[in-house]
This record gives sequence, structure tokens and C-alpha cells, in this order.
Amino acid sequence: MTVFFLMSGVFLGWSLGANDAANVFGTAVGTRMLRFRVAAVYCSIFIILGAMVSGGGAAHTLGKLGAINAIGGAFVVAMSAGISVYLMTLLHNPVSTSQAIVGAIIGWNLFSGNPTDYTSLTRIVITWVACPILSGIIAVILYVFITFMIRHTRINMFQQDSLTRSGLILAGIFGSYALGANNIANVMGVFIPVAPFPDVMLFGCIRFSSTQQLFFVGGIAIAAGVITYSRRVMMTVGRGIFELTPVAAFVVVTAQGLVLFIFASQRLSDLLVSHGLPAIPLVPVSSSQAIVGAVMGIAFLKGIRAIQWKTIGRIAAGWAVTPLIAAVICFVSLFFMQNVFEVQTYKPVACIQDTQGSGVHGSDVQGSGVHSSEVHGSEVHCSEVQGFNDQGLDSCAGRD
Amino acid sequence: MGFDVLKKTMGIERKINDFLDQVSEAGMLFGEGVEFYLNGRMDVFAQKLDAISEKEHQGDILRKTIDHELYTRTLIPESRGDVLRLMEDMDSLLDRFKGAMWRFEIERVDICADLHDDFLGLVSCVCKSVEAMISSSRAFFNDIEAVSDHMHKVSFWETESDKASTRLQRAIFSKKDIELSHRLQLRDFAVHIDRIADRAEDAADNLGIYVIKRSL
Repeated sequence: MTVFFLMSGVFLGWSLGANDAANVFGTAVGTRMLRFRVAAVYCSIFIILGAMVSGGGAAHTLGKLGAINAIGGAFVVAMSAGISVYLMTLLHNPVSTSQAIVGAIIGWNLFSGNPTDYTSLTRIVITWVACPILSGIIAVILYVFITFMIRHTRINMFQQDSLTRSGLILAGIFGSYALGANNIANVMGVFIPVAPFPDVMLFGCIRFSSTQQLFFVGGIAIAAGVITYSRRVMMTVGRGIFELTPVAAFVVVTAQGLVLFIFASQRLSDLLVSHGLPAIPLVPVSSSQAIVGAVMGIAFLKGIRAIQWKTIGRIAAGWAVTPLIAAVICFVSLFFMQNVFEVQTYKPVACIQDTQGSGVHGSDVQGSGVHSSEVHGSEVHCSEVQGFNDQGLDSCAGRD
Repeated sequence: MGFDVLKKTMGIERKINDFLDQVSEAGMLFGEGVEFYLNGRMDVFAQKLDAISEKEHQGDILRKTIDHELYTRTLIPESRGDVLRLMEDMDSLLDRFKGAMWRFEIERVDICADLHDDFLGLVSCVCKSVEAMISSSRAFFNDIEAVSDHMHKVSFWETESDKASTRLQRAIFSKKDIELSHRLQLRDFAVHIDRIADRAEDAADNLGIYVIKRSL
């Protein structure tokens, strides 16, 4: 049964690979700087490596990742997010996996009766608008700077091509590694407590833990999505919105990386604060939205007449409906799961007043995955619920 | 992998430079060949003809290799088509130099001594226009801002070629001591040589568009 439940994670991984590979290699493939086959191989290898090597970092927060407190619920949430991403992939739309997961979690909240923290939700939704705009602005500044440099360094056409290609490959490799490392928790995190694999010793000295094996399966699923189905979304990102030059393609990928870094870097925020500057709001942002925003920034700079407005409209509509679709699919599926297949999809947990003082422990409070709520000055801790929700909502900065 | 890409890049750069060298040397051989022809030194002219044929052959091999490498290694995808057309244009200049030399060899036209200077003047202008086109092409690869510095010279020498050709044709048809058929043959030679400069100017016009495309 556990293996069956795992399939929803595998499906979500496949959908994620099919859609999000476009964020790291879409512009390189779209501008023909890299063949799809080569990009897919690089992307797959580094996604799996990222999941295996650095996915463990995400596992530290996986205590929270049991958040959706029944495996049946986790199955449905992952499946609903996967179906939503898959539907958008069918339309060749780059879409945010975080958006799909947020939508699915809200569907779970609605079904299980857990309240949703609308303040945090509003903050996240605002970033879905602010992120592409910021990314576009950064792309414009970078593009102007890089083209100025190219003009003044008088670089040979082939050397420029070689440098741009290397930059795109490196950015793609790092992006793929980060994609694997960050998103493996979205894909497989909920299954860690029920992982069916025993620990294995490789060559008598390398321990291949149950979690690593689970992440390996997830990594393979993402890689399979990249290889089998990511080409069309890559072409939408690389060519569908605006015909990019290779230099612009490099700028777009770099701008995306910078935006994700800015919104995810605690150190950068602390540094600003230490110099008396305002802190950076560390909120989850979508790499899909960042990349589309960056492409549009370049397109606005180089002449809006060449922009494919139809494609932009399709992508924006996709962003708007993805969470809704995920929520609806999740809600309906939970209903069937619970009432038709009689599988438990959530466990009601009562809050217990902390006898030591102000703290309140319990989990029924925070079903939305939005933590740090304060109830009349008393800190609220949730013993069981938060994991998947937190991962989906608050810890996925830099993911998609 | 990065090193491999760099090596490939350096390889194709060298081949394009070699190809442009072939065109440039063909122009010089053409100038020398015509001079030897006019001086009646047909043995040296034959050597120049062999040399220019060899340049054309080498140029063809290089161009095919460049075409092949640009496509198979997916280099400069956004400018690949433009570069290949530029190579074609330059190759056609090389072909025309060789064609003109062969025409001298086959027809063995009798060029009156008083027309020699005009013929040499025309050849000189044509060779300079092609040389300016070669410099423009090199700048296109190495320093796009410098292309315009060379491209205006192509137009200048093409205009000078037209003037030299017109002057020569006037001189040819003002000669009453030769047959009309001879005059027509000489006129055809003048026009044939002048067309090389016209072709260089066409190539320069195309290059101007490629430069605009790269600047966008």
C-alpha cells in the first residue's frame, strides 16, 4: 500500500521535471545554444545528484513534513499538485509547482476543516505578482550592463558564443542541482516516515539510507519528466514569449537565480539590517515566475512589438488557475478517498495548553501550513501538522 | 567540456581567418596575373592562374568545413545563417577572380598597349574594394563596432571601379583602329572585372544588415 501511495510522489516528480526543467535549461534550448538531448542529460544527472546529496538538508525540516497528518491525505495532495502541473504542461505552460502545492494544501485545509492563515496566503500571492516584476527589472539592468561590456571589450563573436554557452551550461547545472535539492522535499518529503526501503551499504563503506533511496526514486522521477516531456515547455520559455538571443538567454537565467537568491538569503537580509537598511522579506518565490518575468523584461527592453501577447496571456491565466485547479482536485479527491475508498486523509488533533506558560501545543490550529501564528501573545506550536504545509508554503523559497 | 568548447571555437575562428586569407591572396594573385598578362609574360601568368585555382579549391574546402562545423557543433546559432551567407558571398568573389583569370587564359584577348594603364587601374580598384570587404568581414567577427570603418571603403572603391570601367570603355570605343568585335570583347572584359567590385558591394550591403541584426 505504501508503494502505491508513493506513486503520487513519483507522479508529482515526473510533472515537476516535465515543467520545471524549462526554468533551468529552457532559454539555452530555445536559443539553440544547447541541444535538448544534451540539456536533458545534464539536467537529469544534476537533479538526481541534488536530490541525493543536498536533498538531505530538506530532510531536517521533514519533521514538519509529516504535516498533513495522514498518508492518504499526503497522497492526495501530491497527486492533485501533480495533476495540476501536468495539465499546465499539456498546454506548454511554465507553472509554479509551489502554487500547485499551495492550492492542494488549501484544498486539504478546506476538506479537513483546518483554518488557512489568510495573512500569509496574501503575502505569498503578492509575491506571485512581485516576483516576475522584480525579475524583469533585474534582467533589464543586467542586459544593459552585459551588452555595454560586450561592446567595450570587443570580444570575438566565437569567444562570446563560447562564454555564453559555458555560462548557460553552468547556470543550468547549478539550477538543476538546486531544483533537485529543493524540490525533492515537495515530491517525496511526505513519504519519509513511511519509506519502505531498508538502509543499504554500498561497497561496504557508503551508507545509502532509506531517505536517500526515497530521494533517489524522486530524483529519477523528476529526471524522467525532464527527458520525456519537458521539451515543449522549454520551447515556450525559450522562444514562445520572445525570440531571445543567447546573451539574453544567459541574462534571463542569471536574473532568475539572483531573484531566488535575494528572496531566500537570510544572510543577505541580515547584512542589510546590520547596515541599517530594511530587511528583505524572505518569502517563497517561484522560479517559473522569475524566468517568465525576466524574459518579459528583456522583451520590453528590445521592443514590445515582438512580444507574443497570446503566450503571455496563456501563461498568466495558467498561474491564476493552477492553485484553483489543485485545490478543487484535492478537495474532490479527498472526498472520494475518505468516503468511497475509506482511507483516512487527516487526523483531527486537539490543542493542549502548555502548562509551563504561554505556549500552546497542538496542531489543529495551523492546518494551512502557515506557522508562527500568535494567539494573544502566546506562541503556538503544532505537534503534528505543519510539515508538508510548511514545506509547501514557507520553506520553498527558490523552488518551483 | 569548457576547454573542448574553447578549442572548437578557436578552430573555427582559425578556419574563417584562413578562408578570408584565401580570398585576399586570390585578389593579389589576380592583380599580379593581369599585370603579367599585359606584359606578355604568359609563363608567370600561368603560374598565377594555377595558384589562384588552388586558392579557390582550398577556399571551397574551408567553406564546406566551416558550414559543417557551424551546424554540427551548433555554434553561433543566432548568427549562423548570416555567417554562412557571408562566407558564400566571399567565396563568390574568389570564384570571380578565378573566372576572370581563366577568361584571360581562354580568350587570350589582345589588349592594346594604350589601354594597359586603364585596365590596371580598374583591376587595382576592384582588388581594393574586395580587400576592404575582407577587412569588414574580419571586423564582423572580431570587433563589430569597426565594421563601418571598413565598409565605407568598399563603396568608395566600387564607385572608383565604375569610373575606371566607364573610362576604359570610352577609351575602347574611341579606338577606330580595331574591329568592332574586338572592341566588344574588350568591353566585356572591362565589365566582367568591374562586376567583381559590384559583387563586393552587394556583399557589403548584406553585411550591413547582419551588423544591424547583431546590434539589436
